[in-house]
Amino acid sequence: MSATFDLAIDKEIDARGSFCPGPLMELIRGMKTLPVGGVLAVLSSDPGSAKDIPAWIAKAGHEYLGAFPEQGYTRFVARKAR
Amino acid sequence: MFGFDHQTPAPPGAQLPPLPEPLSLAPATEGDQKANRMSIVLFSGTVDKLLAASILATGAAAMGMEVDLFLTTWGIVAFRKDDYKTNTRVSRDYEDYGPVMAERMHAKHAPTWMENLLGAREIGDVKIAACSMTMELFGLTLTDLEPIVDEITGVASFVERARESQISLFI
Repeated sequence: MSATFDLAIDKEIDARGSFCPGPLMELIRGMKTLPVGGVLAVLSSDPGSAKDIPAWIAKAGHEYLGAFPEQGYTRFVARKAR
Repeated sequence: MFGFDHQTPAPPGAQLPPLPEPLSLAPATEGDQKANRMSIVLFSGTVDKLLAASILATGAAAMGMEVDLFLTTWGIVAFRKDDYKTNTRVSRDYEDYGPVMAERMHAKHAPTWMENLLGAREIGDVKIAACSMTMELFGLTLTDLEPIVDEITGVASFVERARESQISLFI
């Protein structure tokens, strides 16, 4: 059951099937295109990225909104904070 | 005269020549703050190791680290213009895995090592330098290499930067 319906996502990137460091790279590229305050979601099925993505978001100083498990993949959501 | 020929030992009480002044071993920067940088010596030219190096460089770049990639020996051979397009070399001990690995990477649309490096440069500060000595040995100039290679340097330049990097690797 997904809890993302109340989150307004500005951009969603489907990185399912690509693996480390693919999803993280997609997240970084996606963040670059958003204005501050924009919400980005990345879909990933790769276990390495599950660790890398929150770590990068923390490092880059953005707001981590959570990891929402779906069927066979996870939706990572973050808001660009700066 | 002082025993280097191993046949005439130095006579007892002989004066040995003075040792040269030792080089300063203090780090170049103040305090013990190391630079937010990963230095990689890329000696290998097999696709398996190039891939590993490219992913490490990408990870470092993704986490905001500077990356210095110092190509030497087979690393330089692998960066000759267009070489990456036909390079299928794998480490000898695991060469039987070579075809399987290539096929799996292709089937899963995994980016190649060159694609990883280009991506790393896109998102971070990745500098690629070629070892002057190897270039001399192979009779190569910078224009013989892929344009992704920024410059030719000597080992001392690499060491001066690597001594301050938080992470140094030999691949």
